[in-house]
Amino acid sequence: MLRFLLRRSVSTVLVLLVLSAVVFTLFYATPGDPAILACGKGCDGDRLAVVRHKLGTDLPLWDQYWHFLRGLVAGRDYDAGADTTHCAAPCFGYSFQYDQPVLGMITARLPVDVSLTLGAMVIWMVVGVGTGLLSALRRGGATERLLTGLTLAGMSTPVFLIGLLLMMAFCSWLGWLPFPQYTPIADDPARWAANLVLPWLSLALISAAAYARMTRSSMLETLAEDHIRTGRAYGLPERRIVAGHALRGALTPVITLLAIDVGGMLGGATLTETVFGFDGLGRLLVNAVNHIDLPVVVGVTLFAAFFIVIANAVADVLYAVADPRVALA
Amino acid sequence: MTDDLLTDRSPSGGQPAGDLLLDVRDLRVSFPTADAEGGSVTAVDGLSLSLARGRSLGLVGESGSGKSTAAFALLGMHRGTGAEVTGTVRVAGTDVNAASDEELRRLRGNRVAMVFQDPLSALDPFWSVGDQIAEVYRLHTGASRRAARARAVEVLDRVGIPDAARRAGAHPHEFSGGMRQRALIAMALACEPDVLVADEPTTALDVTVQAQILDLLHDLREETGMGLLLVTHDLGVVAGATDEVLVMQGGRAVEHGGTEDVLRAPGRPYTRQLVEAVPRLEARRTPVPVGDDVLLRVEDLHRHYPAPRGSGGERAPGLGRLLGRRPQHRAVDGVTLDVRRGETLGVVGESGSGKTTLGRMMVRLLEPTSGRILLDGRDISRDGERALRPVRRDLQMVFQDPVSSLNPRRSVGDSVAEPLLAGGADAAAARSEVRDLLERVGLPASWYDRYPHEFSGGQRQRVGIARALAVRPRLIVCDEPVSALDVSTQAQVVGLLGDLQREFGLTLVFIAHDLAVVRQVSDRVAVMRQGQVVEWGDADRVYESPQHPYTRRLLAAVPVLDPAEAASRRRARRALLALDRSADGAEPAAVA
Amino acid sequence: MSETATVLDTATAAGAAEPRRRGRVWQRLRRNRAAMAALAVVALLVLFALAAPLLSALEGQDPTTFHSDLVDSATGGVPTGSFGGVSADHWLGVEPGNGRDVFARLAHGARVSLGVAVGATLVQVALGTLVGLAAGLGNRLADTVLSRAMDLVIAFPELVFAIALMAIVPEGFPRPVLLMLVIGVLGWGAPARVVRAQVLSLRGLDYVAAARLGGSGRWRVARREILPGLAAPVITFALLRLPVNVASEAGLSFLGVGVRPPSSSWGQMLSTATTWYETDPTYVLLPAGLLFVTVLAFTVLGDGLRTALDPRAASRLRAGTRRGNAAPRRAASAARPGAGVPAAAADAATPPRTED
Repeated sequence: MLRFLLRRSVSTVLVLLVLSAVVFTLFYATPGDPAILACGKGCDGDRLAVVRHKLGTDLPLWDQYWHFLRGLVAGRDYDAGADTTHCAAPCFGYSFQYDQPVLGMITARLPVDVSLTLGAMVIWMVVGVGTGLLSALRRGGATERLLTGLTLAGMSTPVFLIGLLLMMAFCSWLGWLPFPQYTPIADDPARWAANLVLPWLSLALISAAAYARMTRSSMLETLAEDHIRTGRAYGLPERRIVAGHALRGALTPVITLLAIDVGGMLGGATLTETVFGFDGLGRLLVNAVNHIDLPVVVGVTLFAAFFIVIANAVADVLYAVADPRVALA
Repeated sequence: MTDDLLTDRSPSGGQPAGDLLLDVRDLRVSFPTADAEGGSVTAVDGLSLSLARGRSLGLVGESGSGKSTAAFALLGMHRGTGAEVTGTVRVAGTDVNAASDEELRRLRGNRVAMVFQDPLSALDPFWSVGDQIAEVYRLHTGASRRAARARAVEVLDRVGIPDAARRAGAHPHEFSGGMRQRALIAMALACEPDVLVADEPTTALDVTVQAQILDLLHDLREETGMGLLLVTHDLGVVAGATDEVLVMQGGRAVEHGGTEDVLRAPGRPYTRQLVEAVPRLEARRTPVPVGDDVLLRVEDLHRHYPAPRGSGGERAPGLGRLLGRRPQHRAVDGVTLDVRRGETLGVVGESGSGKTTLGRMMVRLLEPTSGRILLDGRDISRDGERALRPVRRDLQMVFQDPVSSLNPRRSVGDSVAEPLLAGGADAAAARSEVRDLLERVGLPASWYDRYPHEFSGGQRQRVGIARALAVRPRLIVCDEPVSALDVSTQAQVVGLLGDLQREFGLTLVFIAHDLAVVRQVSDRVAVMRQGQVVEWGDADRVYESPQHPYTRRLLAAVPVLDPAEAASRRRARRALLALDRSADGAEPAAVA
Repeated sequence: MSETATVLDTATAAGAAEPRRRGRVWQRLRRNRAAMAALAVVALLVLFALAAPLLSALEGQDPTTFHSDLVDSATGGVPTGSFGGVSADHWLGVEPGNGRDVFARLAHGARVSLGVAVGATLVQVALGTLVGLAAGLGNRLADTVLSRAMDLVIAFPELVFAIALMAIVPEGFPRPVLLMLVIGVLGWGAPARVVRAQVLSLRGLDYVAAARLGGSGRWRVARREILPGLAAPVITFALLRLPVNVASEAGLSFLGVGVRPPSSSWGQMLSTATTWYETDPTYVLLPAGLLFVTVLAFTVLGDGLRTALDPRAASRLRAGTRRGNAAPRRAASAARPGAGVPAAAADAATPPRTED
């Protein structure tokens, strides 16, 4: 087990390195000079050179990447003579448009995405896995047809669409809920939840449909396996066969997918944030893109990628733990 | 038993019905077809059979004869599938077709238990073997957890799992094939059933393991007095394991009688055909004059693969091990052999012995890890694809799996023509040549444009042979060419290969796990085990006076058609085993 | 791009060499009512997009002209008249704010939405097929490197990357083409994985070994034995990927980093609709409805095709829910054509799926 974890960690770190190099090259090797933007209006040649030096964009790309990596580990000083800006480790970059370290901007917005993701996850797991199991076990009946139809409809509704429709229905026409506005949980848990109900629902819908489909086919596949037949041939009651023997095999792939999906969403549920006007990582990225604030773009992208890579590693470990056939050695 | 289509010499024909554990009358099972007209296919058509306490019945037939469908009907397994089941099935006094779901549930695993063909997929991969057995026992007896656990260990021990108390906690994937089948049999024994239904219980196993499992079933029956219904395609299995035989064809019983009577003097042409088609160990091949002229020679051939994780093999050292560099598995481990011009060299071995890997290296589908392959004295072991081009026509192969050996998207004619076209022949010439070839292997030339799915397994194998012949090769490696075929088809394909060998002056390497088939076709035989050739020589010498202990064990395990001979072989095996046990006191090596 | 297009052409052309099989697939698809309905809807949508200039000319409008006289400046630009200003001149009303014709914008938006999705799917499939083939047919090193790259690309947070990528491209670049490339370039991982897996499983089959023994070179084997086997999974993948790409385009345009006015796409229309949904719900519901129908139709069609191509896999799943189903499956799998039980018996237990 220890060896497995160690090996998985080594490869995770390697993937992160490659990923950061790719992202860095992609954004910093392209034409367009962030220094011009950071310098602001009415910037002359000398001033621009100073800003370039401070940002480090006058260095070769390789050096820039090296500085970036070192900044991650040891922190970094952006220095231009007397005007020195310190960015403490782990330094994901520094936004000169906002005059803030990128990491601080990210962590300030992270609670929004964590709230969104975790709440939505509970909903889609309950609804999705429930639906999938039900339609697998009621195969061939009217229930299954209905559920299959609903699932397809759910899959075909983009997240921003359902969000808009929900707001139209519940806030505008029925007036049952306030127009969502993010409230930190520490301020008022009740309002936090009330404001998040609609975002949760819209974020959960597509995933619920996808998980329903996956759970259904996974369950059907498991139920068609020979060892289920053995259970029947040995007189096990149907309930026991499903609960004791089919469920575990059927849900193992679902759980590993969950880890990856949650990892992806933590890095920014951009569409949901935009529909409901929440100021999360996704909005931060979109705004940075619109203002060509490269350090923020790179920082957020990398941060999101880190989440995914780590989620992948977690998924691997979960799978290995769940399935005795996967040798950990 | 008045059906005049059935030859019945059953000794239990006059048994009073009350003693019968199993009593099936006029069983019919049909499945609805996919087409809209509501048609159906009858898989079992008016089958009657009975089984008394302590007796055993072999249900024999080729694939599609309905034998497995009938066996599943005994447990009422067709319920709720859309299959239509009529007739009466009484098992241990319960009318299976009339019983309620709950009655049926209590019957299954308790009064009648079933053992399946593939023990790996038949056990739940997530549960330990002991827990699965305990669950069944608790379910039917209401015993405590602790008692059920103890019972599981007890039956595991009874079926010969060494260190049963510890091994009960292991998962199915940690067991070998033979062990898994033992575990499944232990599960069947847990509730001391009246009847054991075994559906091809040894088909997935190697011959030595098969013998052990059959012996185990035999002993258990003698000991517990349960009835055994053994479903198999293999007459040899039946000969050693059952008192009576029922032969099925196309869903009907065609012959029923004492095993010895039926096998010695079949009353039906179909049965006779089956019996005659079974390859016999003592059937030797008509000798073909062969010189000492060596066509192909392999020297100290090795092929290593990274071993699957978690298995044994040599450990990679140090950092490599930490980073997951995997140990090596030696599929072929130092083989030296020569193939003489015009002969048939048989290569025989159990699964995992490396025989297929060896065959694929001989035709250079695989590159050896080390060693030499000499064709007419020239080493081709390191040649690249381009350098091999001229040699390709000399070395051909016939494959085991009739399904995957033909491209489903091309007509069989195109498949056979491919090597000709690749060699630059023009389309019209290739077409007429292929038509000749198809006729030569016994297929109508007009089938050129048909697709593989329209062919039976035997016909596909013929197409595969035609394709190998197309380039007029000198050597054909046949890798288990008949193991996927029914016994009667097997005999035809083997016969065809022999004819072609004479006609075209071919040299053959015949790879198979079936010792009898290999004997039938080979001039010389090599016996492989764990990547090495343990014995190698003239076929008669190897079969009649085997030198290596493994060869002897292998030969002792081959099922024979004569029941009396089978019984004496069983005694001999048992003596051998007892000897092994007393010799080293440890787990007998033969328990796979 | 053109190279892989030929690769796909070869695949389909070689697929044509088996009329029977294709005939069977089409027959099974035709029996699937949901898939046929979806096919009809898809055909209509494509027609709608292709005929956009014609349709708006028929209406007598174009997608870019402002009609400030049709919006109520007092309310900030809500269209006058009911249902968003529906009239004989403006069949589906006008855009709130500046009064552009909604029908014309929807029709022209359909070209962008579908065009970008189709283009992006082609890019994904083309790249994926190339990389998958290279990994599947190449040596171990190539396979390892490319497989890792696939993992990496699949792991990318796609939306985040797409947004970020839109930032670094110069303003002048045509947005629809950019969207197509960005969605396409970020999405080749999954098809590459599909193709690689298929190539590996085909490559291990005996008939490929037989072709090698027959003297066919590497290229000939790839072209004649392996490529035809890729057509089915690749087409299925593309069809199921298309609706995802429709949604991706809509999402990016919705976020304001995709298509921008005066061009229109359904996502772009929804993006402006967010500020108007209280006062002019029609303007939200029209593009939303179209988007929903499009995604649904393509998904149902893709599902149907997958089932038609592999009814065995589908019915393997169908069996197994009810008790004791295993026996007929065994009987069916044991039956080889010509070996006792007619081949129909095999189909008996495995009827093609009609729903899902």
